[in-house]
Amino acid sequence: MPSKPRDPQAERAPWPISLGALLAVLFINFPIFIIFLYAFTTDEQTFTFPLPGMTLKWFGVAWGREDLWAALGLSVRVAGIATLVALLLGTLAAAAVSRTKFFGREAISFMLLLPIALPGIVTGIALRSAFGLFDIPFSFWTIVIGHATFCVVIVYNNVVARFRRTSWSIVEASMDLGANGWETFKRIILPHIATALLAGGMLAFALSFDEVIVTTFTAGQESTLPIWIFSQLTRPRDRPVTNVVALFVVLIMAIPILLAYRISQRDGETQLSR
Amino acid sequence: MTATSAAPRTLIQRVSNYLYVRPRVSLLMLLALPLLWFLIVYIGSLATLMVQSFFHLDGFTGQVVRQFSLSSYAQLFTPANVDIVQRTAGMAGVVTLSAALIAFPLAYFMARYASPRMRPLLYLSITLPLWSSYLVKVYSWKLILAKEGMVSWVINTLRLDAALDWLLGLPEIGGPSLSISPIGIYLVFLYVWLPYMILPIATALERVPKSLIEASGDLGGRPGVTFRRIILPLAFPGVVAGSIFTFSLTLGDFIVPSVMGNSSYFIGQAVLSHQGTSGNIPLAAAMTTIPMLIMGIYLYASRRAGAFDAL
Repeated sequence: MPSKPRDPQAERAPWPISLGALLAVLFINFPIFIIFLYAFTTDEQTFTFPLPGMTLKWFGVAWGREDLWAALGLSVRVAGIATLVALLLGTLAAAAVSRTKFFGREAISFMLLLPIALPGIVTGIALRSAFGLFDIPFSFWTIVIGHATFCVVIVYNNVVARFRRTSWSIVEASMDLGANGWETFKRIILPHIATALLAGGMLAFALSFDEVIVTTFTAGQESTLPIWIFSQLTRPRDRPVTNVVALFVVLIMAIPILLAYRISQRDGETQLSR
Repeated sequence: MTATSAAPRTLIQRVSNYLYVRPRVSLLMLLALPLLWFLIVYIGSLATLMVQSFFHLDGFTGQVVRQFSLSSYAQLFTPANVDIVQRTAGMAGVVTLSAALIAFPLAYFMARYASPRMRPLLYLSITLPLWSSYLVKVYSWKLILAKEGMVSWVINTLRLDAALDWLLGLPEIGGPSLSISPIGIYLVFLYVWLPYMILPIATALERVPKSLIEASGDLGGRPGVTFRRIILPLAFPGVVAGSIFTFSLTLGDFIVPSVMGNSSYFIGQAVLSHQGTSGNIPLAAAMTTIPMLIMGIYLYASRRAGAFDAL
């Protein structure tokens, strides 16, 4: 008698694999919870565990810090503009690569990937040396240029994945029905890639908002939020305030990531790996 | 019906039609902006970096001399700098190997055993920490490993202080506390880059066809043999893809060694300090060619191993 075919999904994992997987998941997630704990500590000088006491005092102190608001504002402005530039450049490149096969197509994907595939200091020192050689003073815009450059590939990956599933016949149909290029873009292509742009944009924003290595070389005297945190890491002055800032950064960054994740669950192709 | 009624009337329509029948022109228009940006900003910067690496710093005036010279490169071979390169590459290698070992069981579980309901949850539990703030992740380990912190407390409660002291007393890897030692640097690197290793391995493993595994079993392959001869070779490009990130990110990082380390420099710290206080951009530039060279060879080899399909 034919028995019921075994469902491969119901296969049980050998216990060493389950245990290894469990430990790895715990290892990856555990430190984030520590951040939640320490934001409430009463300890001002050290990182004593168990916590000597719990308080909400440092939330108020952090709220009143002008330098923090300035750093946060700068980070948001940089990430916003870098994301816009990345959206434009990434989408154009994705459209070109998806639309036609041409010589050097692979080389272009490779070049866009380089700023995140090469060690971070390479991009940083390269920009720094170029700004130095041409006497370009450090400013808001030097930070944006660096960030936009490594954010392009995030948008590009997402939009390329969407275009791969797109049949160009819908564009041809639109043109055949008398729409011009702009109308076709606005009413056919843009709605079609909108969620890929949203997901790519969210991830690009998160990447820029958190970047510190390239920024160290391109910021001059300006202080983004990651630079502020880095200075606290090497020369701690405001430990309790840093604890609170760390908690808020985790919470703020979870928003774009969860949004991008939801889009990926619905559309099934968003590139959440870096 | 005249011929003109079918002709495009407005300028925008004429432009659209012109571009539509000439894919080369539209391709050029699409590529122009991203290509210009990358050629000028990125490749251009890399070129100026290369050029400046052949300048050198005048020992007396402290000014950069804009003349061709190999003296910056010669300085790379001083014992101190060779030491820095060895330390950094060694750390990158150890971190990459450890990450692959820890990532594999989880990736294997995700790809093969996780139920359809569990899989997205597992995926999220790796993606969220991956995209969470890098600096905050480093900071959390400063809290965990601090002398008076959580790990010390656990070790103290278990009465294992002697073992910890012995570990910290070891030459090369020890230090005053876990949060200021090469062990600490290693743990934090492993932690922050681990998700980069898990995701490509899981992707590669998900692509292994079930039928292939069944075929191996039908042909008499025991699970161990199937794993070694079917699954592992097919997962290898994923491991290589992950290792590109773990290796490259470790080579180019100066945050973790400056937060967790003592005075022994890594490449990133050396580059940062040469370009900063001493203004010796030529030496910083020459030094940057080392991780670039290492990654260039690495990327070329990975490409041949088919790792880019798994990215």
